Amino acid sequence: MSNAATVPLLIPPRLLPSGDSAITVEFSRHIDDASNRRVLALDRALVDTPIAGVTETVPTYRSLLVHYDPVQIGFEELGNKLLVLAERPSPAIAKARRWRLPVAYGGDNGIDLDDVAMTLNTTPDDIVTRHVAGHYRVAMIGFTPGWSYLSGLEPFLHMPRRQNPRLLTPAGTISIGGVQTGVQCLAGPSGWHLLGRTPVRTYQLHREPIFLLEPGDEVTFFAIDASTFAEQDRAAEAGEIVAELVAS
Amino acid sequence: MTQLIVTSIGPVSSVQDGGRHGAQRYGLTPSGAMDRLALAAANCLAGNALFTACIEVGPFGATFKAREGAVRVALTGAPRSADIGGRSVAFETSMTIPDGETLTLGFARGGAFSYLAIEGGIAGEPMFGSLAVNARAGLGSPYPRPLQAGDAFEARFASSAAERRIELPAQTAGPIRLVMGPQDDEFSDEAKAQFLDSEWKISATSDRMGYRLEGPTIRHLHGHNIVSDGTVNGSIQVPGNGAPIVLMPDRGTSGGYPKIATLISVDLGRFAQIPAGTGFRFKAISMAEAQSEARKFAGLLRALPDRLRPLETVDLNIEALHHVNVAGSAVSAHDAGTWHGMMQD
Repeated sequence: MSNAATVPLLIPPRLLPSGDSAITVEFSRHIDDASNRRVLALDRALVDTPIAGVTETVPTYRSLLVHYDPVQIGFEELGNKLLVLAERPSPAIAKARRWRLPVAYGGDNGIDLDDVAMTLNTTPDDIVTRHVAGHYRVAMIGFTPGWSYLSGLEPFLHMPRRQNPRLLTPAGTISIGGVQTGVQCLAGPSGWHLLGRTPVRTYQLHREPIFLLEPGDEVTFFAIDASTFAEQDRAAEAGEIVAELVAS
Repeated sequence: MTQLIVTSIGPVSSVQDGGRHGAQRYGLTPSGAMDRLALAAANCLAGNALFTACIEVGPFGATFKAREGAVRVALTGAPRSADIGGRSVAFETSMTIPDGETLTLGFARGGAFSYLAIEGGIAGEPMFGSLAVNARAGLGSPYPRPLQAGDAFEARFASSAAERRIELPAQTAGPIRLVMGPQDDEFSDEAKAQFLDSEWKISATSDRMGYRLEGPTIRHLHGHNIVSDGTVNGSIQVPGNGAPIVLMPDRGTSGGYPKIATLISVDLGRFAQIPAGTGFRFKAISMAEAQSEARKFAGLLRALPDRLRPLETVDLNIEALHHVNVAGSAVSAHDAGTWHGMMQD
């Protein structure tokens, strides 16, 4: 490639076998923004340049899981094609969609807000101010339907997860854990610290779209009070998308 | 309207098909049948497309009653006693439940899941192309939950097609095969050897999300937390306590424990049918061998209809019946009544 000297050399990803019908394309063992961008770029490249036999892709923070049909393509051949795609400089990524999600912080909606403030030697208001100031990106969606892991949490808010995970946390919970913040859609277990709740359903059957957020979308939060939450929660239950789409 | 009514059923029984694909990137698990070959064989017998939704019957007994007409069904998977109105019926055959009569299934023997296909399939509203039940996500149709007594399935009136059986290849009793990885480098050579050389048992706390394994403790080299990455059916993850869990069709789409190995796709169904408490071993094979097996399995599925035989001319294979432990002495295939009374445990 003639312009190779001007393009920063990318370390090739590792190809890890995940059984006979999937390959994990691993860019990093850690959570880092650059690797997540490469994951999303490869995911995008597979949409633009489909490989016959690839059936489904699952982006995560650090790797892309590529499901395929071994009747149509073998491990070696698919691996080589994926390496070629991954080493290509990522195409200009389409402008990401940017969402603003309402959040009712603290009280019954965010039962850990006061404890988080105490642990970090500050006030609950300061935690909220910092959390709404962040510009986040959907790094991956997983665990349960619509559970969106966001990167971009400011280091001041990095906290180890709870020693004892809770078995049941509410639908719509906005929480922090480690270096991440997240939007949890369905009620379920969580070891993260619960700051608030959003009325937005990132997953809702019988609504179009069923899944609101895509990996790569940008997300910011804004604070609403508990009564606004209750009102928007009813609207969302009826199928309204109460999130704001800023740009697309 | 003709219906098949569930008049009694145990836990872990639900509508399952080939699974829900394409939305794992949103955290939506594929679900689908635990034993795909048994699902495909049941559908083949009933004249349905191979991955049509069936009733996946868990280890406990169940009864189904035909109402307002006869219902034609087919039965495969984990063997168990089966009779219609007291007349025994054989596994891996189609059968017609006359109007008002009941198909009674006993406890699974030598397996866990049986499949009941209904001629014409199950009427429901597909979500992401599938009727498969995923109770946690509220998905599945016509009932987005495990089945209960009183549930009803619309059925077309039974066709008068001749009943048939299917000749499936003999199941190997060999070790469950796997390929190492994706995170086998998180384990020492000793830990890997211990994993491959030990006898394992499936814990009674297993479910459609994962089978917990009982055996030696498998230690990690660098601790048990990795940054979450994607999972597949058959991923063998090793959590902090060192007791491996094999992820099954209702698994989470991502996980944060190192995965030492992955079952080959061909052996997933055979593994799913191992009853809790029964000892078994693993065997690592190469990727080339695993993919060659996968291609052979795809060929087997494609050619399933060639394995159908008319039931009238069946030359009942007594040895095979002994093998699945459903026959105690010689019986006549032509007079199903002679089976009755030999089906008890």
